[in-house]
Amino acid sequence: MNDVINKKFIDIQNVEQTFKTPKGSFQALRDINLSVAKGEFVALIGHSGCGKSTLLNLIAGLTRPTKGVLLCANKEIAGPGPERAVVFQNHSLLPWLTCYENIYLGVERVFSATESKAQLKARTDAALALVSLTPATSKRPGEISGGMKQRVGIARALAMEPKVLLMDEPFGALDALTRAKLQDELLSIVQKTESTVVMVTHDVDEAVLLSDKIVMMTNGPSATIGEVLSVNLQRPRNRVELAEDRDYVHYRKAVIDFLYTRQAHVEKAA
Amino acid sequence: MVSAVFHTPLDAAASPPAVARTAAPAASSTGAATPKADEPRARVPLDLRWFWMRVLPPLAGFGVLVLIWELIAIRSAGTFPAPYETWLQAVKVFSDPFYSNGPNDQGVGWNVLSSLQRVALGFGLAALVGIPAGFAIGRFEFMSRMFNPLISLLRPVSPLAWLPIGLLVFKGANPAAIWTIFICSIWPMIINTAVGVQRVPSDYMNVARVLNLSEWKILTKILFPAVLPYMLTGVRLAVGTAWLVIVAAEMLTGGVGIGFWVWDEWNNLNVKNIIIAIFVIGIVGLVLEFALIKIATAFTFEEVKS
Repeated sequence: MNDVINKKFIDIQNVEQTFKTPKGSFQALRDINLSVAKGEFVALIGHSGCGKSTLLNLIAGLTRPTKGVLLCANKEIAGPGPERAVVFQNHSLLPWLTCYENIYLGVERVFSATESKAQLKARTDAALALVSLTPATSKRPGEISGGMKQRVGIARALAMEPKVLLMDEPFGALDALTRAKLQDELLSIVQKTESTVVMVTHDVDEAVLLSDKIVMMTNGPSATIGEVLSVNLQRPRNRVELAEDRDYVHYRKAVIDFLYTRQAHVEKAA
Repeated sequence: MVSAVFHTPLDAAASPPAVARTAAPAASSTGAATPKADEPRARVPLDLRWFWMRVLPPLAGFGVLVLIWELIAIRSAGTFPAPYETWLQAVKVFSDPFYSNGPNDQGVGWNVLSSLQRVALGFGLAALVGIPAGFAIGRFEFMSRMFNPLISLLRPVSPLAWLPIGLLVFKGANPAAIWTIFICSIWPMIINTAVGVQRVPSDYMNVARVLNLSEWKILTKILFPAVLPYMLTGVRLAVGTAWLVIVAAEMLTGGVGIGFWVWDEWNNLNVKNIIIAIFVIGIVGLVLEFALIKIATAFTFEEVKS
């Protein structure tokens, strides 16, 4: 039984999402069936407007599906909660709180019932150390760089010890070099914490480098899962070594082929 | 709607000197090839520009005012006091601002202070009611749909129209004046707070939902700091209106106060004191406004708007 839960830690069954707009109803997603195993890293990739963020919001519980069921650890996802932490695209740190306080807010919510103040502090400090931001402890988000903000966002999510880490284009707003650095950091953090991760991305390299499974989505409206690609690359992964790896190049080609050959008509969809 | 941006007329006046300062290096760089001895001379025009843009225009403005005033005084042949006479009278009035010869004859200081006291009381009560009400209206759609028609209906009413109701209910001039201040300053605070709550970025609210924060934590850690700039704009507008209204209200209610003083001096046909009162009212209003802007900017986070 446990084994089944672990294999289908997140289980999405026949999910459909329709939004009501002034112009009538708009079907964003249809027939979504997907399962994510415990400890698995899954990337959702697709052109903009294909509903990948919609799907992530459904898993987060921020929105409810029109049809179908989403399960997490065999329980229906009925609303948002700290066991499914979200790293938002634009970091969403509270500008009036320091980095420490931003993380503490989540830690306090999850652990204050069972742990002492000192333990909560230790958890917050550990989370800051995990993303190597101990020096920025008492800085406000306005005083640190975009990359650092995103790291605080990741630390805030991880500090709650979530069952699932949901990331909505976490590095989309960063420059290429910072993005690469944070991807490497994320790889080692995920390795350490054995987190289950679902990440929305539009970056092919990011998807192949980080994930165990790439879920490729067709163009919206009425988007659905077009193809699922298993990425069987050895961990720990090194971006420099992988750059010429035959398997890596093959996976990359498969994703590019899907995005630009079979789902190329992005203009019409947008 | 009113937005939480704080600009003063003073800011606008402050920008030309900044331009002048940046222009100065360019001016001196043309003389860079010449020896250093020229540098002190290059700085002199900078000071002049500062004088031209910063000191001269306001002085000229006051000059025009005094000139027109003087002309009117000359043409009125004695019924309207000239600037200089008024100045002499002002010196006399301010030499003893805190005398008290019974309730109908008190120094200008007492009059201003009792007006400020009424404003503080009426405004304080309005803040006590209006800010929580604004939060509730902004946070819960039901409340907003319930109260918005009422606010739309009552807000355009001149606060003085509420004065008789105050006199009837509270049976006293002083509480009625405070009541009028309360009514006129509550609307901007309710509306600005509610708009502020509605404009809290949805990202912050999503954070609250994912962290599953309690309503109290949402209020203290997210809503209150995010709304604070809007709220302070409301406070600023409310104090401004309250200071406008108190003068009119006191003219009707009597007692001690700057508005009553104006009316009393009119009955005495002491026009000089009326003009002095106008300046006093203006200066006090300016100081209130300036202080509140200072407070508001101190509490505004740059990222709140981005």
